[in-house]
Amino acid sequence: MSKITFAIGGVHPDDAKLARGCAIEVLPLPQTMYVSMAQHLGAPAKPIVAVGDKVKTGQVIAEPGGFISAFVHSPASGTVKSIAPRKDLAGNYMTHIEIAVEGDEWVEGVDMSDTLVIGIPEDRQLILDRIKACGVVGLGGATFPTHVKLNPAPGSKAECLILNGAECEPYLTSDFRIMLERTKEIVVGAAIMQKVLGGCRTVIGIEENKPEAIAAMRKAVSELPYNIEVISLKKKYPQGGEKQLIQAVMHREVGSGGLPISVGAVVQNVATSLAVYEAVQKNKPLITNTLTITGNCLPVEKQHNYLFRIGMPLSYIAEYAGGVPEGAGKIISGGPMMGRAIANLDAATVKGSSSLLYLTAESTKRGQESLCIRCGRCADACPMGLEPFLLNRLYKAGDVAALEENAAQDCIECGCCLYSCPAYIPLLDNVRQAKGMALGAIRARAAAKK
Amino acid sequence: MNSIVIWTIVILAGLGLVLAVVLFIIAESFKVEEDPRIEQIEKALPGANCGGCGYAGCHAFADTAVKAADLSAHFCPVGGNEVMKKVSAILGYAVVEKAPQVAVVRCNGTCAARPKVNVYDGVQSCRVKAALYSGDTLCAFGCLGCGDCVSACEFGALSMDPETGLPVVDESKCVACGKCVKACPKGLIELRAKGPRGMRVYVDCRNQDKGPAARKACANACIGCGICVKTCTHDAIVLENNIAYIDYSKCKLCRECEAMCPTGAIHGVNFPKELDREGIKARVAARKKEVSNE
Repeated sequence: MSKITFAIGGVHPDDAKLARGCAIEVLPLPQTMYVSMAQHLGAPAKPIVAVGDKVKTGQVIAEPGGFISAFVHSPASGTVKSIAPRKDLAGNYMTHIEIAVEGDEWVEGVDMSDTLVIGIPEDRQLILDRIKACGVVGLGGATFPTHVKLNPAPGSKAECLILNGAECEPYLTSDFRIMLERTKEIVVGAAIMQKVLGGCRTVIGIEENKPEAIAAMRKAVSELPYNIEVISLKKKYPQGGEKQLIQAVMHREVGSGGLPISVGAVVQNVATSLAVYEAVQKNKPLITNTLTITGNCLPVEKQHNYLFRIGMPLSYIAEYAGGVPEGAGKIISGGPMMGRAIANLDAATVKGSSSLLYLTAESTKRGQESLCIRCGRCADACPMGLEPFLLNRLYKAGDVAALEENAAQDCIECGCCLYSCPAYIPLLDNVRQAKGMALGAIRARAAAKK
Repeated sequence: MNSIVIWTIVILAGLGLVLAVVLFIIAESFKVEEDPRIEQIEKALPGANCGGCGYAGCHAFADTAVKAADLSAHFCPVGGNEVMKKVSAILGYAVVEKAPQVAVVRCNGTCAARPKVNVYDGVQSCRVKAALYSGDTLCAFGCLGCGDCVSACEFGALSMDPETGLPVVDESKCVACGKCVKACPKGLIELRAKGPRGMRVYVDCRNQDKGPAARKACANACIGCGICVKTCTHDAIVLENNIAYIDYSKCKLCRECEAMCPTGAIHGVNFPKELDREGIKARVAARKKEVSNE
């Protein structure tokens, strides 16, 4: 049993990786796709096509709207039908480019073959440019533009690149499947990022509940000419949290408000590594990702791991997989710990979509809230060392200064506090608000200083 | 025995006297000079410390009012013109009169009119709910129904109507402090002029969807058809982002728009007579005919 993990907190939910045996299947194209302009952290992208334009698969249809932003590409060939606000997962409006799909004719210059390309371009800037041009963003959940993350500010030096293959969220198996099926591509992707970062130590961290992935990755690393380690991590949620992973692998703690690079770390998801490989070696833009259809009210034979085109409506994928199962009380996008319930199944998939999770009403029911008995379980469970019960109380009192003092801004919204609370106090909901208040105060101060 | 009692009294009295003198000297030498008008103004103010004026409380209001060159930035919504007259008199400034205002909830998406498409089982707080998603119904702009405005109100002027699921303003208690305006994450509450004898007409909706989508989401929604804009003879209505808005400074309370609105999104309140819908429609039609004949 591996002992490598973060120092404090964490919980042990049942990992329920029900769809782990389902090989990745390719979804056929739907008739219409909707490409969101806000698929990444930062400024929304700006459309550069007009209604009626013919587009090809992989063609740029929107360019970055700011420094922290990303290119967006057409997921299929066809005609731009409309550029209009459309409801996203949460029912809020965002500009989407609607594409009437007519086929799958790719733009020129994309290597469509399956051959593994091992030779990495020598020019660092060329690699970064290709990653940017292909619209690669972090696929671990935060969707931070990868070219920005791989280009640390002058003065900071990357000492360790950590590839995140922990996939600590229960149910999700998309990362697991790509680690099994696209192993070598992921390793080459890691080597590319290693090169960009100046040849630092590179570690692929995988939770020990995925022994097949660890074995496959170790084999691939030994067969390829790069200097990369594979580490087996203890199964504990949130092992895949950026700061937790850094602590487990490097024994360093990222300070309050600091970025991983401040301790010399860069963390990238394995799916991002695959996207980097495809961008740099194959010139293929990020228009596909892997998504798990799973849940506790879905028989295993109906569970799938799909390779989807970014922009397919979730309802189309659900329909293709056999429709929403009976007994589904809640449909969640993402894992059961950090994912959000879907308010609008007609919403389009985005770069960061990772799952369609059907859970029974029974298993998602919230218990009746009662009073806090100061048992301290939430504080024990918090991997950031915060005191959720205190933050909850300060939030209710509206004491922003005290919230900041007690580091509400450092919350990673992992949900361990809510998971462990015996009084069913909605700690996560309230602490998330508290975090917003504290961050707002910090940003207002920074803006005033300028 | 007697001497002990006498000495005790003398010593205690003497000690008291000496300390009183010391205290007097200290109080005199460390005296904080405060404008006496601050206290006067504070006494004139209602003392609710609600922050409706935009200052931290009644003392902060008085403190800044004394230093200000005029009273344009100071208005106590709770006390209204009465109190402001007193404050102006204390300071010797010109009286700045404002029309009394009242909080108006601009959503009429009742449970009956706005079918639910999602079930929310999270924290009963509009703020938390708004951070998670757009709401239980297809309307992304309407009331979330968790009552953040009700808990924000310090004057007990707001309550939730269990039948409609919407907040109701008690006009007799509302002082237009604006706390509910800040509390609503959807920005549905507006401070509007109370109007003569409380009569006012407003658009009871903020849905910016196009007509069909708005209609599908809520039977009472403004569908942005623009009939009210065409009907209004006072130029009081503007249509922007598929939503009509009535400028209360221009509205003459003729209620024509209210009668003509196809979805009932425009509401007139506190009118003594019931709306004569058919009469007004006939009047507007006749006027249109006249114009087209010319």
